[in-house]
Amino acid sequence: MTDAPLLSVRNLSLGVQRKGRPTTLIVDDISFDVAEGERFGIVGESGSGKSLTLRAIANLLPAGVKVLSGSIQYRGQDLQAMPAKSRLRLAGQEIAMIFQEPMTALNPVMRVGEQIAESPRRHLGLSKAAAMDLAIDMMRKTGIPDPAHRAQAYPHELSGGLRQRIMIAMALSCSPKLLLCDEPTTALDVTVQHQVLRLLEQLCEDTRTALVFVTHDLGVVNQTCRELGVMYAGEIVERGRVKDVFADPRHPYTKGLLDSAPDFDQPDRELVAIPGFAPNLADRPDGCPFQPRCAFAVEHCATTRPRLERVLPGREAACFETGRIFEGATA
Amino acid sequence: MTTTPAPTLAPIETGRRAVRSRSLRPWYRNGSLVAGIVVVGALILVAVFAPLLTPYSPVAQNLEESLQGPSAAHWLGTDQFGRDVLTRLIWSTRVDLRIGFLAVLIPFVVGSVLGGLAGYFGGWLDVVVMRLVDIFFAFPFYVMVIALVFVLGAGETSIYLAIATVSWVSYAKIVRGEVLVAKQQDYVMAARLGGFSHLRVLARHIGPNVLSQAIIYAMSDIVQDIMAIVTLGYLGLGIAPPTAEWGSMIAGGQEFITTQWQQATIPGLAVVITSLGLSWLGDGLSDLLSPDRRK
Repeated sequence: MTDAPLLSVRNLSLGVQRKGRPTTLIVDDISFDVAEGERFGIVGESGSGKSLTLRAIANLLPAGVKVLSGSIQYRGQDLQAMPAKSRLRLAGQEIAMIFQEPMTALNPVMRVGEQIAESPRRHLGLSKAAAMDLAIDMMRKTGIPDPAHRAQAYPHELSGGLRQRIMIAMALSCSPKLLLCDEPTTALDVTVQHQVLRLLEQLCEDTRTALVFVTHDLGVVNQTCRELGVMYAGEIVERGRVKDVFADPRHPYTKGLLDSAPDFDQPDRELVAIPGFAPNLADRPDGCPFQPRCAFAVEHCATTRPRLERVLPGREAACFETGRIFEGATA
Repeated sequence: MTTTPAPTLAPIETGRRAVRSRSLRPWYRNGSLVAGIVVVGALILVAVFAPLLTPYSPVAQNLEESLQGPSAAHWLGTDQFGRDVLTRLIWSTRVDLRIGFLAVLIPFVVGSVLGGLAGYFGGWLDVVVMRLVDIFFAFPFYVMVIALVFVLGAGETSIYLAIATVSWVSYAKIVRGEVLVAKQQDYVMAARLGGFSHLRVLARHIGPNVLSQAIIYAMSDIVQDIMAIVTLGYLGLGIAPPTAEWGSMIAGGQEFITTQWQQATIPGLAVVITSLGLSWLGDGLSDLLSPDRRK
């Protein structure tokens, strides 16, 4: 490992600021590091701020959402302080992204081969023909049959799975060091999803590309990632190795998520839903955001915000009562 | 937890079927497109080969033969100056189509560029462009064109200028709206993250996706422009006589409507057929150009 991690998100807060209105915090003071070749998963339900975190790293925040504080560092360089030009170059060459909807993530009026070739032409200085050869090669690597012929197709002529493979080919065409994935398989059916995930995993392994993988699907994280951050209401509430977190959750929300998901090893286990709803971001509770829904909550949970703290080697959780969850899990 | 089988890179579909079925319906099965191409194509041929189609001159006067009814020599008779009506009708196609097509080009380019920039960059640029659009949009098209031609003086250049001044706003509105939708699409995000500049993303990724709507509108805009030219000609503000032009032919022929009805009616019919042809063409193109309708 090098001294500076590949990607380091430090105390990042995102929010919507409007004149004459209080700022709405969407992502609240989150930090995580991703080392080279690491596969980091972010799970959370809709609205937990996981996708926005990813978009902030990619500099693609929607209009109105701003970085309020904190920094995003790539190889020790602060991305926000970087001049726009060098950030653009970095974006094209070293950071790539795969989007959720393969339907909208490809330009409908460009042939897919051309779309894959566009970036290498620019960033690797390839000729038109060389870039097209690379594009066809990338398509072959992603398991697309008859790539030379398919390269001439328009996106609407391809199936969802093929389109997602095109997206992957496009994202990996310049051999990025960091690949951001925003629920890349949510729009696909389960068998295709599985194929695409294995493919992604293998290609990243071959090129030592680091992954940041955002999803709401615990099974997908389990399958693809090594490290995991669980987000709830804009905060990371638990972080650690995927295996460990799944085997022994240390935050009541993580435990709730795992209890509510079916498990093939224990098909008879009853699924338990988490009661209540996620808090309204415009009106956050003072204390722990999960407190109103938490079975372990004690009095000071409602008034004091727990911070992410080390609870085990390589494991952090933001909960005052994390010890009791541990007892409950062993019982 | 769950166990996962070995990675499989099995092709998820084989064969060339998906690629071959680019469009479910070939263009020649598109009724209004074919009708439009036939009518507009015929009109363009007539305009191009006008000198070969009739033995007469559209402007030379022959007072001995004035106001004749239809005959073998003059199929549609002659006007009060003894000019062959059919000849003038054919030569008018040249003038009216040329001005119609050219008059659409400037507002198409200006409006699309301004609307595209306004929609993509937003902010003060959007405010300035769209308030300008509001101002021009507040005036009725014909009133504005007629007033402008009146101020600028009759003639072809004035017509181009007047139409360009008034009709760029429609293109700006259409393209801006399309850009607002397109710029939220993931493929635009992907292109941005691909390290391309705003202008390149706008020109290469957004442009081709939004222009089809403007092109479709341009077809109906040509109709409107030709109507404007004919109206101006009728009012004596358009192309200076003796150049043959449908509007001035209608104006000139209307005094003889009781005895020589074809003099005013046939040019009017020509306007109708031209408009119909262009509308069909626009309809057909909109089916052909919208990528989502091809699915």
